[in-house]
Amino acid sequence: MMNSLSADSPPAVHAAGLTVVRGSRQVLKGLDFTVPRGRITGLLGPSGCGKTTLMRAIVGTQANVGGTLEVLGSPAGDASLRTRIGYVTQAPSVYDDLTVRQNLEYFAAILHPGRALADHRRADVTRVIEDVDLTSHTHALAGNLSGGQRNRVSLAVALLGAPDLLVLDEPTVGLDPVLRRDLWNLFHDIAADRGVTLLVSSHVMDEAERCHRLLLMREGLFLAGGTSRPEAGGDTPDALRALTPAGTVEAAFLHLVDEAAAASRAKETTTR
Amino acid sequence: MTTTAPTPAAPAVPTPPGGALTLSRTTATAARVLRQLRHDPRTIALLIVVPCLLLVLLRYVFDGSPHTFDNIGASLLGIFPLITMFLVTSIATLRERTSGTLERLLAMPLGKGDLIAGYALAFGTLAVIQSALATGLAVWALGLDVLGSPWLLLLVALLDALLGTALGLFVSAFAASEFQAVQFMPAVIFPQLLLCGLFTPRSNMHPVLEAISDVLPMSYAVDGMNEVLKHTDMTAVFVRDVLIVAGSALLVLGLGAATLRRRTP
Repeated sequence: MMNSLSADSPPAVHAAGLTVVRGSRQVLKGLDFTVPRGRITGLLGPSGCGKTTLMRAIVGTQANVGGTLEVLGSPAGDASLRTRIGYVTQAPSVYDDLTVRQNLEYFAAILHPGRALADHRRADVTRVIEDVDLTSHTHALAGNLSGGQRNRVSLAVALLGAPDLLVLDEPTVGLDPVLRRDLWNLFHDIAADRGVTLLVSSHVMDEAERCHRLLLMREGLFLAGGTSRPEAGGDTPDALRALTPAGTVEAAFLHLVDEAAAASRAKETTTR
Repeated sequence: MTTTAPTPAAPAVPTPPGGALTLSRTTATAARVLRQLRHDPRTIALLIVVPCLLLVLLRYVFDGSPHTFDNIGASLLGIFPLITMFLVTSIATLRERTSGTLERLLAMPLGKGDLIAGYALAFGTLAVIQSALATGLAVWALGLDVLGSPWLLLLVALLDALLGTALGLFVSAFAASEFQAVQFMPAVIFPQLLLCGLFTPRSNMHPVLEAISDVLPMSYAVDGMNEVLKHTDMTAVFVRDVLIVAGSALLVLGLGAATLRRRTP
């Protein structure tokens, strides 16, 4: 039922011919894709393939973006989107010399300023601390927490103020298996109960199994999942598993990488 | 309906759009900067105690010539806040840039003006405390002979602190690391220190250097201090000096705001 509804409503992110140039290098080489609402879309690919750049473009912090990129119905980077997107960078961006609660109180005050909303902010902060399971560390300095805990503080900041779109850059890197499972359960709860759209990047292929939809990326292009290469098919974990005899997303990804590498080699020899 | 259902845990609350400057966001930022400092009591102690100790040192270096202490002491009351606020601000904003919190804040509805004004407010508060202690110590305990009102000394000191904050904010945009940020101090502050008239009156300098010192804001900071030192009333020169220092601080703050980019390569 949710599938049909998500298909009807306009996508959370729509891109056509999306390019990004950083310095002299073209990092994104013309991407066409959509991210459906209320679902978890996994952005997978090896390190350095352009995942972070794509996420920064969607959030609106990336310069030199070409092509069409619409987020929640507005052009990416539009001022109206600043309260509607929660963004978690790869490295936790929180203040090490503030406690967990003080960090969240400050960011909440930026989202919902004013004395009239103080009660709302307090409740919001308490809620997100519970969401990421840090209640016992509320008054600990962020700098004294472990790497995984600081990551979760950073995630909690993104959950403040009920965003419509969550962009999470490798949120589970460096976490133990139990925590990783708990966080993925949280992501699914957020998507199902609150109707939030999630775009989650990872370079660990087994995380792909936990996403509703997938975008497989390599060297600034989509191997599967984008509309730019529909012949590759497979924008869901099931479809990708069906692609190779091994029946795993990882095998499918490797197969697609080899295929793409062979294609570019063939292209080189013909142009030579 | 899942996609449009309001979140039960967090009801939709109207968020004022992020204009250039909203008072509550500015004060929230200032409060946050001060909270960060409160977790670092050693920095606060160094900020406040070191200028006082240096003044005591200076007083007894010129034990035999109290007049020299009057001249240099008054100038230093203006220079200390400038240097300390420059250092603290450049490191603090550099950290904000490198830790990713600046990117996060600029992706949120925070105006650039909110951030800059928040920093200026927080460090300005600290500068008031520092300058009040240093001025009080110099005038009442160390016998600094000032003809004008100590309040005017405090005003100049505060404006100097603001100028230091502004310069620190600005140069942090050009520093890629804390090493570089610290090296900007000799690059930006020392030439002004040499040319501001602390060591020799500016009129005695080579004409070229005098012309350069005419366009450096610290010259007017020291000039203002000396006006208070030598005159019982507020002179026209003093008003000019104060306006120039305040104007330069605002100008550099504006330049600092221009270095904050929501979109970065």
